[in-house]
Amino acid sequence: MATVTLKPTKVPELMFEGYSITPDAFAGKTAAQIAELPGHEGKIHMKLGDFFEVSGNAGETAADTDIVIAGDCTRVKYIGARMTAGTVTVNGNADMYVGGWMKGGKIHIKGNMDSFCGIQMEGGELLCDGDAKNHVGCAYRGDWRGMKGGTIRIKGSAGNDIGTFMLGGTIIIEKNAFIHVSTHAEGGTVVIKGDVEGRVGGQMVRGEMYVLGKIKFMMPGYKKVDTVEKEIDGVKATFDHYIGDLGERHPKSKGQVVYANLYLKAAA
Amino acid sequence: MPKLIKGVGCPYCGSSCDDIEVLVSDDETKILEVHNACIIGTNLFHHANDPTRPKLPRRRQPDGTMKEIPYDEAIDYMAKTMLAAKKPLIYGFGSTNCEGMSAVARIAEKSGAVLDNCATICHGPSFLAIFDNGYPSCTLGEAKNRADVVVFWGCNPMHAHPRHTSRYSIFPRGYFTQKGAMQRTVLSIDPRETDTAKLADVHLMLDQGHDYELFDAFRTVLRGHDIPDVVAGIPKETIIKSVEIMKNAKFCMIFFGMGCTHTDGRNHNIDAAISLTRDLNEHTKASIMAMRGHYNIAGPGQVWAWQFGFPYCIDLSKGTHAHMNPGETSSVDLAMRDEVDCFVNVGADAGAHFPIQPVQHLKKHPFITVDPNFNMASEISDLHIPVRIAGVDEPGVVYRMDNVPIQFRAVIKGLPGVPSDEELFNKVYERMCELTKTEPIWLAAKEDRRYPESEAVI
Ligand code: SF4
Repeated sequence: MATVTLKPTKVPELMFEGYSITPDAFAGKTAAQIAELPGHEGKIHMKLGDFFEVSGNAGETAADTDIVIAGDCTRVKYIGARMTAGTVTVNGNADMYVGGWMKGGKIHIKGNMDSFCGIQMEGGELLCDGDAKNHVGCAYRGDWRGMKGGTIRIKGSAGNDIGTFMLGGTIIIEKNAFIHVSTHAEGGTVVIKGDVEGRVGGQMVRGEMYVLGKIKFMMPGYKKVDTVEKEIDGVKATFDHYIGDLGERHPKSKGQVVYANLYLKAAA
Repeated sequence: MPKLIKGVGCPYCGSSCDDIEVLVSDDETKILEVHNACIIGTNLFHHANDPTRPKLPRRRQPDGTMKEIPYDEAIDYMAKTMLAAKKPLIYGFGSTNCEGMSAVARIAEKSGAVLDNCATICHGPSFLAIFDNGYPSCTLGEAKNRADVVVFWGCNPMHAHPRHTSRYSIFPRGYFTQKGAMQRTVLSIDPRETDTAKLADVHLMLDQGHDYELFDAFRTVLRGHDIPDVVAGIPKETIIKSVEIMKNAKFCMIFFGMGCTHTDGRNHNIDAAISLTRDLNEHTKASIMAMRGHYNIAGPGQVWAWQFGFPYCIDLSKGTHAHMNPGETSSVDLAMRDEVDCFVNVGADAGAHFPIQPVQHLKKHPFITVDPNFNMASEISDLHIPVRIAGVDEPGVVYRMDNVPIQFRAVIKGLPGVPSDEELFNKVYERMCELTKTEPIWLAAKEDRRYPESEAVI
């Protein structure tokens, strides 16, 4: 395992598109070569070295490359986007598209993330100690194939559009969420440990949702079918089990109509 | 002898009425009378007579005042400023013709700009829903000739599109709707009792921001399932009654407006409306249409989708491909996040329509307005370039709200020396090519549009 450390030296005037900050792009390169990797600030071609001081050489492959960003990346987009292996740790905030389209490896953001983190994710792990903005694990605009696999864990809260068009994988929000959870989803699991404003599972075809707090506005297309005991992410509780969205089309499997399941923690 | 010009298009709202008659002075420089148009359209034409219309570009001076400068100097400033910026933003195009929109694309590519239009603060979310879920739509002619149930969801045409109800949606007598308004049932879904709601047979006064839940309730009822007693503040019986009306229609037409596109959920509200339309088609014929605001705001969607593959929020800064993701590449977000360093406002008024913070951010950098008139954006600009008024003294193609192209004509002669949008943008493009020592590429659909030859531009 080899660790490459990037120390932010300058705050970009616009946003820096750091699409090269992935173990895949770093693999097999020396610190000097990494500093030469491309990025964009608006239409200007920049190098990683323009914004970061690079130390340490990368490993032979992505899998044995660890990237540590020792500072804040509030104005750096695409950190760890499309990565397939290795790790990226940011000791601060990160901007949009963290772990977007990622296939493997691990990302740890110690601050907050902006929107579109983990969009179209296929595998790997994305952990954020702070809050995330909107479109966590969402599909790209117009794509009906959203997140397919992997795990996103947000220790804080998230905004709207969580897991839109999701097909697989797991999203865990440890605090609250705003609106639109698993909209249009056809698979996958979303766990919200806090409260949600509403629109949980709208137009959802298949998949699971767990809400451990309250839902302020329930979707009218959800019907309570029973009460079950379940354990999810280390929490054991009694849940009211709803199926839906009854307003949406649903496929049949072995002669049975398949619905999406919403498990809402029952009032004590 | 004054001349009466018939079959004129009105360049104001999305209804794009093309039955206007304009009486002009015999030297074709004054508009004397306007017939058939609503009061907004009438005033728009009379506005062109205003003797105070700007005839020369104005540049802000170090002491804060505006000083008139020649066109060449303005074109040079615009070309240099946009080339120097790391990421310019070009926004607007609510009120200009498709020729101008097509010409601006060259400048946008050359300067690596983000190209956006008023849909970004209007029907942009409808585009996103259409990407996700399709668009089972029709033309306004079909609505007029067939629709016997008309639903206005989150829109108020009585004020925003004054002749929409009389030309297309409620009152006109069509082929299958010979009895006009008598034959049509009108539903209005709006949290306020608007003038359209007063006209409706059924008004569902829902809780503000709960359209998505109400759409879902409609769909759930349509699939024969039960719903809670009250959804979004509307009693279950009213919802069931409304669904029955829509289901038993011969042709149900849903018009939706900014009440859906710019309340919480945005594209998802439209997405649900599109799903509802699709569901209704299992019972009867149903169609849906966005109540686009300006007479040619459907234009940039058509023109740029043809040129770049995306209708709005097009980031061309890479030079190799277009990238579009509203939330990131949309004007207000770019401004709020300080992601652009030059702003060009064309045929729209960002000064009046954007929230104050984005305008404050944009004002840190060069701010250029291209508009025939004085407006709030022009008054805070560093450079204001006047152009001719599309549809009044400049002809051009426009797309009506149902995406039907209409050739608009000019009714009077343009102000001497004032170029059209297209001519101006072509000049700026030529200047950019000179500055970057590159050959201009004039790939154009119309050969005669290769070089602006109008004597007006000297
Ligand atoms: S309804 Fe709209 S297009 Fe028609 S005349 Fe009035 S402003 Fe013009």
